[in-house]
Amino acid sequence: MIKISNIYKSFEQKEVLKNISMEFNKGETNLIIGRSGSGKTVLLKSIVGLLEVDRGKIFYDDRDFTSMNLKLRKKLRQEMGMVFQGGALFDSLTVEENIRFPLDMFSMLSSAEKQKQVDFCLDRVNISDANKMFPSEISGGMQKRVAIARAIVLNPKYLFCDEPNSGLDPETSILIDELVHQITVDLQITTIINTHDMNSVMEIGDNILFISEGEMCWEGNRKEILSTDNHKLQEFVFANKQYQKIRDDKINE
Amino acid sequence: MNIFNQAGKYFALMAKVFSRPERHSLYVRQTFNEIENLGIKSVGIVAVISVFMGGIMTLQVAYNMINPLLPTTLIGLGNRDSLILEFSSTIMGLIMAGKIGSNITSEIGSMKVTQQIDSLEIMGVNSAGYLILPKIIAVVLIFPLLYILSVFFGIVGGLIVGPAVGAVSAADYLSGIQFGFNPYYVTFSLIKCVVFGFLIASIAAFFGYTVEGGAFDVGTASTRAVVNTSIMILVSDLILTQLLL
Repeated sequence: MIKISNIYKSFEQKEVLKNISMEFNKGETNLIIGRSGSGKTVLLKSIVGLLEVDRGKIFYDDRDFTSMNLKLRKKLRQEMGMVFQGGALFDSLTVEENIRFPLDMFSMLSSAEKQKQVDFCLDRVNISDANKMFPSEISGGMQKRVAIARAIVLNPKYLFCDEPNSGLDPETSILIDELVHQITVDLQITTIINTHDMNSVMEIGDNILFISEGEMCWEGNRKEILSTDNHKLQEFVFANKQYQKIRDDKINE
Repeated sequence: MNIFNQAGKYFALMAKVFSRPERHSLYVRQTFNEIENLGIKSVGIVAVISVFMGGIMTLQVAYNMINPLLPTTLIGLGNRDSLILEFSSTIMGLIMAGKIGSNITSEIGSMKVTQQIDSLEIMGVNSAGYLILPKIIAVVLIFPLLYILSVFFGIVGGLIVGPAVGAVSAADYLSGIQFGFNPYYVTFSLIKCVVFGFLIASIAAFFGYTVEGGAFDVGTASTRAVVNTSIMILVSDLILTQLLL
């Protein structure tokens, strides 16, 4: 479980996150949603420590991340996996080498054991055929799969995904969502996904945090989101006519 | 104040670069990769430039020595000492700042803007150490070797061009390059090469690692890296010449 408590973050004079608190549960896909520029990415980067918060606390299973020194943070980060918006694969390495990299860096496994783990992860994300290819030779959807495989190769306790569906077609987006959800449930990890894709929200949103202009506006799950009376969330959700229709049908019933 | 700010960031980055590696074997492997990418792949350009520069310097020395009182053996000597003292260290350093420096800045800068560096940090890897230290070690090791190759090819260039245009006989040229040789000149230049190698790799890496934005900013950072490295090479050349010669 990850708990954030009264998080504040500003850049120069601009306050980007204002008093955000939330608990992200283990074995659930926790979503941070909001419009572009609402502070989602800043919040996610603050949670993983790529940005320092101005005030507030971040706990990883009762371990206070904000007060850890660099050495302890590096140790904790070995329990994290992250899928970046663009995949962030190392373009000088093949798919297989990308996935093996964290094992080479941190594990004491033998070469054969590492290969077994890499093959397992490749198989888990259904890209066994592309193992010898370079990131530039595979599609965006496959790059995201490789990024997921790399993120889970060390059996992390915490998985973070920043806009995992951006730039993908709807079919591939659903596959990526399902994959992340399955991994979360199977491995019982705490997953936080940053997204503005309503399809993802409705498919896998077990626990949802909606932020607007850096403020926490709503918290709930995918079943509650369509019947929300939160004005800002309504504007966000029902910007898509498809969801307006679903709501109207529900009301008419 | 900006220069002090930049200098502070540079030294802070170097402190991070020289911190304890997570896995020595990976750093060693990466260093060998960098020796190949940055060093071995530079041998061609070093050879071509040195042969031409050796030939040109031989012609220029010969042109300025049309005097029956001066022995033509001095042409070889002039070419040799120019190569050993300045050309193969300083001028080659400036050329390598362009070739190796821009390569390092654009590689690390591209990794920065595509979040590959963030990705390393999230894994718990010291990204500065893993990406920059092997490059610094590789360039510091390879640059003295490139210097020796450059001197050799420069002398060969003079030996080809001098007799070919009738400026000096091969025998006089070979006699000249062996006359009054001072081994300390080589030691002095090798020390310069180690310093230049460090400056080339570390300054280029600094500009790449601190880039913000996109492809345009990576291009701008590459240019700034080459300009700043060239200035620092000339400044350190001046200081080292005053201190060591």
